[in-house]
Amino acid sequence: MNSIVLLIILALYLGLLFFIAHWAEKKGNIRWTNNPYIYSLSLAVYCTAWTYYGSIGVAANSGLNYLPVYLGPVIIIPAWIIILKKIIRISRVNKVSSIADFISLRYGNSRFLGAVVTIVCLFGILPYIALQLKSIAETFHIVTNTQSSSYIFDDSTTYVAFALAIFSSIYGTRYVDASEKRKGIVTAVALESVLKLVFFLTIGLYVTFYVFDGFDDIYAKASKLELFRQKNTLGGLPQAINWFFLCILSMFAIFLLPRQFQVSVIENNRENHVNTAVWLFPLYLLLFNIFVYPIAWGGNILFDGQAVNSDTYSLLIPQHFGNEALTVLVFLGGFSAAISMIVVSSIGLSTMVSNNLIIPYGLLGRLKNNEQSTINKKIVNIRKIGIFSLIIMAYFIYRFFALDYSLFSIGLVAFVIIAQLAPSFFGALFWRRGSRTGAVWGLIVGFVICLYTLLVPYALGITSSDTSFITQGLFGVELLKPLQLFGLDYLQPVPHALFWSLLFNFLIYVAVSVSFKGNYRERNYAEMFLDINKYITMHENAFIWKGTAYRTDIEKVLIKFLGEERTKRAMNIFNVKYNVDKDEKLADARLIKFSENLLTGHIGTASAKILIASVVKEEKITLPEVLKILEESKENIIINKKLTETSNELKEISAKLQEANASLMIKDKQKDEFLDTVTHELRTPITAIRASSEILYDDDEIPEELRKQFLQNIISESDRLNRLIDKILDLEKFETGRQKVNFATHKMVETIENAIEPLQQLINNKHIHVHVEGNGNLKADYDEDRIVQVVTNLVSNAIKFCPDTNGLITIAVYDKHEVVQVEVSDNGKGIAPNDFETIFDKFYQSTNQNFKKPIGSGLGLAICKQIIEHHKGKIWATNNATGGACLSFTIPKKQQS
Amino acid sequence: MKKILIVDDEPNIVMSLEYTFKKNSFEVYIARDGQEALDILKTQLPDIIILDIMMPLVDGFETLEHIKKNEKLQHCKVIFLSAKNKESDIEKGLALGADAYLTKPFSIKKVVEQVNELLGN
Repeated sequence: MNSIVLLIILALYLGLLFFIAHWAEKKGNIRWTNNPYIYSLSLAVYCTAWTYYGSIGVAANSGLNYLPVYLGPVIIIPAWIIILKKIIRISRVNKVSSIADFISLRYGNSRFLGAVVTIVCLFGILPYIALQLKSIAETFHIVTNTQSSSYIFDDSTTYVAFALAIFSSIYGTRYVDASEKRKGIVTAVALESVLKLVFFLTIGLYVTFYVFDGFDDIYAKASKLELFRQKNTLGGLPQAINWFFLCILSMFAIFLLPRQFQVSVIENNRENHVNTAVWLFPLYLLLFNIFVYPIAWGGNILFDGQAVNSDTYSLLIPQHFGNEALTVLVFLGGFSAAISMIVVSSIGLSTMVSNNLIIPYGLLGRLKNNEQSTINKKIVNIRKIGIFSLIIMAYFIYRFFALDYSLFSIGLVAFVIIAQLAPSFFGALFWRRGSRTGAVWGLIVGFVICLYTLLVPYALGITSSDTSFITQGLFGVELLKPLQLFGLDYLQPVPHALFWSLLFNFLIYVAVSVSFKGNYRERNYAEMFLDINKYITMHENAFIWKGTAYRTDIEKVLIKFLGEERTKRAMNIFNVKYNVDKDEKLADARLIKFSENLLTGHIGTASAKILIASVVKEEKITLPEVLKILEESKENIIINKKLTETSNELKEISAKLQEANASLMIKDKQKDEFLDTVTHELRTPITAIRASSEILYDDDEIPEELRKQFLQNIISESDRLNRLIDKILDLEKFETGRQKVNFATHKMVETIENAIEPLQQLINNKHIHVHVEGNGNLKADYDEDRIVQVVTNLVSNAIKFCPDTNGLITIAVYDKHEVVQVEVSDNGKGIAPNDFETIFDKFYQSTNQNFKKPIGSGLGLAICKQIIEHHKGKIWATNNATGGACLSFTIPKKQQS
Repeated sequence: MKKILIVDDEPNIVMSLEYTFKKNSFEVYIARDGQEALDILKTQLPDIIILDIMMPLVDGFETLEHIKKNEKLQHCKVIFLSAKNKESDIEKGLALGADAYLTKPFSIKKVVEQVNELLGN
């Protein structure tokens, strides 16, 4: 294909990415840019051109050795739910903008440590970016069938690199605050992740099912090739150890690679997005690996005996069959993989270079004397130039150091260098004692061992000058042979370098940390990092600082970097958050930490600390003091928690008491009313008896008939008194539960007839017609005497309510599945609906009753209710269709004992 | 002949009072609740009323309030005769304007004495 055409295609493709990035940036916080899928896909920046092309090369030459790089992440990813969320939380709270910031903050805002981390990252990542450019350039030449030109300005790939550098520097530095989210870049990266996967699957399907007849066919043909068995044998224990170290290496890489830290931590919008990434990202890696093997061995079959670069099989195969469209697609996929990595890495690196190297070492002093707008412009420009020059530098590394090594091996070298951050990084998360000095020395020693065992031999291998260093060791000392250090000779160079460098790094980190205590600031941050959940909302509280500082001084510094408006807004937020008076003159520890955080995104943690420290007067605090304060604040938190719990309990108890009290008051009032009514009801017959007796006693002239009448009154009132006392005692027995109920099975209709029998005289007197209906065999368990009492009561009431002529009482018995229902209804005037419930109250007297004085005691229905409830039944009142009263009750057929 | 109105819902109590006051030469009217009493008072102007408190429909307190509102009945004496013997009830009864408050059970002689005293006999 003509290189101009391909360049135009590339330009269009880059244009599309520009557009996507631009669109995502402008549209802001909409569903499309802020969701867990975009987040998960952006993590796939892990799969670079190295994955895209390099895995195939490895699979073609040494079988399954490409797998550990994917196995490592897949194994460690479930732990993300805890570890990554913790990292995200710490970074969000402290406005961390890079991994260098993260590590240097934990070790007491250490400027030096931040710089060391940055340099280590530069050494690791620059060749890695070079590698991506190499892959773009080489594949470009394959697709266009051109040769790389030795004069760089004749080489079209130079211009591709240039365009990439411009794209990245424009879109990577939209904000001065480096901890801000870059939605545009992230969305573009996510899109590229989709594209590279789709294109890779396309070529995989093409090779497997179009070129060959499926997996079996490839296997059958490949197994006939020379070296098939040898290449696909896993080997013994040394090989297993190699695998083990490669897995460990890639586990670290997924946390520590600056681009991974950038997308997984800095660009994370919500912690919960991690939950989706935990399954989606491994799935992505799995899909990416399905066709690696078929393509690799398909290529081995097709190009058997030819001198071709197996890394580029995925391009060579479609080209071999003249499928130009597919070739270009595959190329675009690889291009996507490469530029995602280049863009994200260069953004991360340039933030680190500006915030951890350039600004704290030199530029800060000069920045302070500038105006806010100038400062911001300068910072952004540093980053822009940083991104641009990093990419250009990487391009030169590629051009001049040629990079003869395969994609895979250079990638691993980068991994080993970055893995040096592991002890101080994970120590920051889990170990309180880890100190700055330990971190610095561990890192430096580990890095030097990397240089000695990996970078130097590789560099010598490239220039192939004097190899006696490799074969005979430094100064000819056998034990110092860089690839078999201290006689360790069965590991491949990469695991070998990883083993020694990390071993020394880790031992020194631990040993130094244990031997020399860190300063109070390190200890303070250790506490904040480890217990981030405790400090998440009011984390400024956890910062310990002693000294004098004036708010106006601090505000002046903030205004310099943030501008008047933002400073004011931030101060307002601070005042509200901590309930601080706005006229307060002195700044406290919280404000110091708050201000450092505000500046951190712009200039990095170390510079932020230096800046703030320059306008305040800090007093030294001893380590024991810090520990004491931390201990106290911890205790306070616990005590506070306990107090809150106790006070909640007390509130609950007091609410319950109030409730109980209210119900007691109601009961007390009910009791008073009951006593009132009882005394009244008892006094009434006594009054009548007394009055009659008095007359009989005093008056001798009383006519015989009247005398008898008065005596009759005395008798009936005495009976009434007696009945009343009986009923009160009855009711009291039921209410206190002392009334025994003797259950036995009876026929309800019979019981009703027994109850009506004694009332017959009364019924006849009033000429009332009583009608009993229902199945005569319907049985239930009940105390017959008690139910007779209920029926008697209800029928007596009905008799009272019946009109003087044509009175009609209907007693109906129904079978309602589990219960027997009895209804007693009359054709009187009915009950006012208001009274349906109250008529069962003690001494109820209807406001609506139309007869003069109830013959009963006012306790009848109350007792009925008690009896029915003791049978676990219900009793209620309604009016029937003719308007008469209808009282019903139910009784369960079977009583549960 | 003095007129007396007895308001009570207990027929046996009413019977004793009725007998006694008739014997003492009163013209006796009987009502079995407050409403009936107010009906009677529309046509009759008794000299004294004996009023129970706990009665259906219109109770004694309410009845007294109506009586006090009626100008024609201003001269009419009222005695509460009730089983409610709490001090608060007695105070309430007297505050409403009753001339006396007797509690049940009562001595008939005392009731007669009280009536005579109020009527200045």
